[in-house]
Amino acid sequence: MPIWNPRAETMARAELEQLQLERLQAIGNRIWESVPFYRRRFEGLGLMPEHVRSLDDLRLLPFTVKEDLRTGYPYDLFAVPLREVVRIHGSSGTTGRPTVVGYTKNDLRHWRELVARVLSAGGMTKDDVVQIAFSYGLLTDAFGLHQGAEEIGASVIPVSAGRPEEQIGIMEDFRTTALVGTPSHALQIAEMLEKRGVARSRLHLRWGILGAEPWSEATRRKIESLLGISATDNYGISEVMGPGVSGECENRKRGLHINEDHFLCEVVDPESGEVLPPGETGELVITTLTKEALPIIRYRTGDLTALDPEPCGCGRTLVRMARISGRTDDMFVVGGVKVLPSQIEEVISGVEGLEPRYVVVVDRQDGADTVEVQVEVPGALLTGDVRHLLSTQELVRQRLEAALGLGVEVKLVEPRTIAPSEGRTQKIIDRRTSEGSDF
Amino acid sequence: MLVVRSAETYYGNIQALKGVSLHVNEGEIVALIGANGAGKTTTLRTISGMLAPRRGEIAFGGRSIVGLPPEAIVRAGISQVPEGRRLFTTLSVRDNLLLGAYHLSWREKRARVRGDLERICSLFPVLRERADQVSGTLSGGEQQMLAIGRALMSRPRLLLLDEPSLGLAPRAARTIFDAIPRFRGQGLTVLLVEQNARAALQIADRAYVLETGRAVMEGSAQELLSQREVQRAYLGRGYRQVWEDE
Repeated sequence: MPIWNPRAETMARAELEQLQLERLQAIGNRIWESVPFYRRRFEGLGLMPEHVRSLDDLRLLPFTVKEDLRTGYPYDLFAVPLREVVRIHGSSGTTGRPTVVGYTKNDLRHWRELVARVLSAGGMTKDDVVQIAFSYGLLTDAFGLHQGAEEIGASVIPVSAGRPEEQIGIMEDFRTTALVGTPSHALQIAEMLEKRGVARSRLHLRWGILGAEPWSEATRRKIESLLGISATDNYGISEVMGPGVSGECENRKRGLHINEDHFLCEVVDPESGEVLPPGETGELVITTLTKEALPIIRYRTGDLTALDPEPCGCGRTLVRMARISGRTDDMFVVGGVKVLPSQIEEVISGVEGLEPRYVVVVDRQDGADTVEVQVEVPGALLTGDVRHLLSTQELVRQRLEAALGLGVEVKLVEPRTIAPSEGRTQKIIDRRTSEGSDF
Repeated sequence: MLVVRSAETYYGNIQALKGVSLHVNEGEIVALIGANGAGKTTTLRTISGMLAPRRGEIAFGGRSIVGLPPEAIVRAGISQVPEGRRLFTTLSVRDNLLLGAYHLSWREKRARVRGDLERICSLFPVLRERADQVSGTLSGGEQQMLAIGRALMSRPRLLLLDEPSLGLAPRAARTIFDAIPRFRGQGLTVLLVEQNARAALQIADRAYVLETGRAVMEGSAQELLSQREVQRAYLGRGYRQVWEDE
């Protein structure tokens, strides 16, 4: 698959690191000069911008968290006057106020280029007809991916998120070759196609460039086989730009290449904030290297991943991050073992006849932590014989215990007792913490 | 080709460079822009060895050149054209050029000086016409060409140009700026310091903006030209000298 900007994406590491240092120092100088919030933070730590003498000195700098952006709502963290801002986006305000992000002309130019890199890595070229199935609005996904596809020169259809039937209709009529959206929306579309018995030959679809939420390999396999496409993952977070931070290349199982000439990424222990070595899973922390309107230092994304600096067969020299395995808020610790919902999802999806619809209840009985995984049973399985149900339950238990390395109870529950796991459904119910707060 | 990492340079107790990092790739024209006192000339003088950085690294072609005397840095392939030209005004144009090869052995001189003079005179034909003239009688623009020609006599791979348009009439400045991109054809790389930011950005590939001893921006020349803060601070938005192209 083509490399959009070979100069930047295959740069020798020494050269790249020099560029990163220059840009990190420039950003440090700019925020110290123009963002009072950062100036105060620096002063509180007795820090001057020139104390950043190497990339390792990044860890001297303070973290930025979502709460800082909320406190500075709407424009306090901007580094340029509003008249130089040509675009304003916001993040969803599921909890509390939304956060606001701004872009200068140069920011938009970079954004287009970075998304073009990600889309190219996923297979897209100027010959593609691209259906954008993200909602156009305050969020960054639709506009970011739209502009990147235009930058490549593809034909872009701004369908927006909609009912699967509408997406399928346009897909057929407009001869769409690339679908851009969330994996759960792609899955809905794929399942609708299957249900309605639309022949795959009536579609021209080749690529699925999906992101904006964690998805399992099992979901990927299902989307790929139902739609007959190659589906790649991409990652972005609006606070640092939006889509365009990283994306998978043709060696998909090896992770997402980070656009390191624009983003400096670290993985830290979510609790201590210590930087973790490559390969260890922790919280992704991003520093923007080129943003003019809203430069952000060490932003705690809350997303869990691990970095892999090993060279990739595609020729890109950019470091890779593992697909997001969950949110720091979803991770829970039982008897010292860290557990991620994605691990549980992977096991359940691997069992014949089960869908990854589940809830985990963590509790404490007589001082010992207990884990109960409730899995929804599809109707088809319920009509079968009870022994089969019991053996399925036992199979899930054994595989979970092997995968997680701890004792687990499994309970199969009736269909539709658990809401479909789209977006931010709570999959983990931790009763230990609510008990603790009684004291 | 040239890599500077976190250079800190002082004049006595006054810190003029507060951790400047930059790089120049082979064949590039890179500009340093910024206000008076931002550290542009100090950066060039730190690279050419006239000033020693208290901290930081400078590597040329992969080898550290920190602490080398200026003449060793010239031999390594870096030549600086100082601000204000610094010619020997009572000597002829030809003798000034020959002085640029002062560090060569007699044998080296014999082997290459004639060809080098020819090459430089083809870049700046006026120097050939005035070869026997005393350099003090040249116009400002011609003196600047002579200063550049003299620096080229050492066959540098990297040319450091300090304010080449300073004090020149518009037409002369334009001749100089037109000539700089042609150096590329001679296998030359250029690091250029300029107060006239717009003119510099128009011929440069990339640029750094310096402010009070710190680099605050890095980017392609095109990007910086359209950066409104740069426009306001250094390009005198709306104001343009007559000889500058859009």
